[in-house]
Amino acid sequence: MAVAAAPLTQAKKKEIGQSYWDLVWYRFKKNRLGVLGAILLIALYGSFVALPEVISPYALENRSNFVEAPPTAIRLIDEKGQLRAPFIYGLERKIDPVRRLRTWELDTDRKYPVRLFVQGDEYKLFGLIPMNIHLFGIEADQSEQRIFLLGSDALGRDYFTRIMYGGRLSLMIGLLGQFLTLVLGTTLGVISGYYGGAVDMFVQRFTEFLSAFPNIPLFMALSAAIPVFWPPTAVYFMLTIILAFLGWGGLARQVRGLILSLREREYALAAKSFGASDWRIMFRHLLPGTMSHVIVIATLSIPGMILAETALSWLGLGLRPPLTSWGTLLQDAATIRAIRFTPWLLWVVPPILLTILTYNMLGDGLRDALDPYSGR
Amino acid sequence: MAGTSQNGKKGDILLQVNGLKKYFPIQKGLLRRVIGYVKAVDDVSLYVREGETLGLVGESGCGKTTASRSIIRLYEPTAGQVLFRSRVLSPDGQPRMVNLLELNREQMTKVRQEIAMIFQDPINSLNPRMTVADIIAEPMVIHGKYEKGRSEEIIVNLLQRVGLRPDHLRRYPHEFSGGQRQRIGIARALALNPRLVLCDEPVSALDVSIQAQTLNLLQDLQQEFKLSYLFVAHDLSVVQHISDRVAVMYVGKVVEMADSEALYTNPLHPYTEALLSAVPKPDPLYKSERIIMQGDVADPANPPSGCYFHPRCRYAIDRCKTEAPAFRELKPDHWVACHRAEELQLRGI
Ligand SMILES: Nc1ncnc2c1ncn2[C@@H]1O[C@H](COP(=O)(O)OP(=O)(O)OP(=O)(O)O)[C@@H](O)[C@H]1O
Ligand code: SF4
Ligand SMILES: [Mg+2]
Repeated sequence: MAVAAAPLTQAKKKEIGQSYWDLVWYRFKKNRLGVLGAILLIALYGSFVALPEVISPYALENRSNFVEAPPTAIRLIDEKGQLRAPFIYGLERKIDPVRRLRTWELDTDRKYPVRLFVQGDEYKLFGLIPMNIHLFGIEADQSEQRIFLLGSDALGRDYFTRIMYGGRLSLMIGLLGQFLTLVLGTTLGVISGYYGGAVDMFVQRFTEFLSAFPNIPLFMALSAAIPVFWPPTAVYFMLTIILAFLGWGGLARQVRGLILSLREREYALAAKSFGASDWRIMFRHLLPGTMSHVIVIATLSIPGMILAETALSWLGLGLRPPLTSWGTLLQDAATIRAIRFTPWLLWVVPPILLTILTYNMLGDGLRDALDPYSGR
Repeated sequence: MAGTSQNGKKGDILLQVNGLKKYFPIQKGLLRRVIGYVKAVDDVSLYVREGETLGLVGESGCGKTTASRSIIRLYEPTAGQVLFRSRVLSPDGQPRMVNLLELNREQMTKVRQEIAMIFQDPINSLNPRMTVADIIAEPMVIHGKYEKGRSEEIIVNLLQRVGLRPDHLRRYPHEFSGGQRQRIGIARALALNPRLVLCDEPVSALDVSIQAQTLNLLQDLQQEFKLSYLFVAHDLSVVQHISDRVAVMYVGKVVEMADSEALYTNPLHPYTEALLSAVPKPDPLYKSERIIMQGDVADPANPPSGCYFHPRCRYAIDRCKTEAPAFRELKPDHWVACHRAEELQLRGI
């Protein structure tokens, strides 16, 4: 700028140039639950989406002979009552002759120290950097022994590892699906609110049609239409698109309503009077005015997406093995047999609940911060 | 002051509006059936000469805003003609009359460089999410005339010209007072060097103490940038000082238009007379009774028959109830729509 701005005192700087978003940020920071939600979400996405390879001790498909082993306890005190560095006991297979069941028993003669940053299965960090360091584990070369923080499944795979990797697909589908919903919903909402007429009519009736339809059968019909022979990634993206396709209606309606009220604001008219194109008026002047609402709605509806994926996969209509998501894990867990004999498979539920909770905390915090009429 | 441009030769006509109408449909029910129309603007005719100010006066709700917005097609008029002497649309740079209502989209966008608008509400007419710099730059950006450096200089100059400081550029509208915001709106209106500015009650939302300042600023700018104004106001006292000519509106129609001088001293329409009687007089000894109009302003959705003013007019005769008076030039440059304009002796100030 050719302007020589006068030097400003710190206090003055604070009071001027405060845009709407500065204010929002200021108010959001004061909301403890919202901030906690944001931090937890970053942690969730960081560990489940970015770093599951590092955090989990094994590779996703690493099988072992330890079929349906219960969670391994990490101990500090040994059988003689002595304090030692963290270790686990070895596992030994026993057959219960009466019940004709395979059980696992501790072999207190074998002890394996648990270490941080041990070498193990190879992987590529962020899909790029080859590495074999895992956050924790037992030294691999000692024997066949494994550490199963949350038990193992019917193929002897570490369940903790599977939950970590499953989170990646489930959390990403929520985000990707919501992103698509956002693009579709806001664009159609803005166009429908701004132009009215035939476009508006179509969008309105279509969203009504979608919302009048019972959701689960519609989901089922659409997902059943995905060909079985499609590669897993294609199925994944198709499912994302289906979720977004069913979700945009509500958002479009809300955006449309907001645009209807903003459209008559004089600054939109002013832009038009200077020759601004419809495009410019819609996306430069009107859409930003709806952004705060859109962000809140989007944040609060991501959990719905994640749950929808989980529900569909659980019904066997969403993701299918070899893809691993919280939904497919839940499918394994939700049988009478599993609940009776391998209850640790239900450990997939807490992360799902935690995700939903944190999104709601963040969403509520954002709503309070973005709402111009709330308590200030 | 009023009438300054009246000395000597009169300017060319810059804007001429003929029989402009804007009806808003009244819709009802699920199927949005049209059950009637609000005749917000119902036959407005007026003209503005180069370099002059035409005051457009009328009570609240008589259609002034709708008329000015219809002129630049912020609302699509129902009928009429809006002739404008445009430079940008003529191939040889010689100003040429075009009918704005017949222009296609692209041509209309071009003409918008020459006609700017200042809005009544200084809060709502500035986008709260844009900085002052962005707001003033927007007309230039829209027309592809924004160049880094040069345009920024223009913006700073404009800002200073309207009485704001360069360090205001990075601020947002909500940090300013009403008067300052209106100045931002004025700077934006001047960004493209327009020739006609439509001012829709630019001062009526401001404190009385700031109104005079803002009016003076507008007058100075008119001289400096060779602007013509269509200046909308809801009472005659505001436009008295700044208008060369005045048009009076009643329920969607212009009922009288004349030089300020002639209109104030020698009105030809009973409605103008009634409005004038309400204008505060500078001389306290000058006694005049205020004419109290009976009844309410007519409803533009359901106007009276004949002359719209007849239920309130104290000179009404039978003919007024059935026959609408034509808008005619009774004396040179003095237009009026009243059956009895010739015979009545009305009081001015
Ligand atoms: N978009 C619209 N739809 C329907 N009716 C409208 C619309 N805009 C204005 N009107 C009606 O048209 C009439 C004229 O309104 P307008 O705003 O032009 O009056 P005005 O003279 O500018 O009044 P004011 O002095 O209060 O600004 C009013 O009766 C108003 O209710
Ligand atoms: S036409 Fe009749 S009613 Fe209308 S203003 Fe003239 S005298 Fe009054
Ligand atoms: Mg108005």
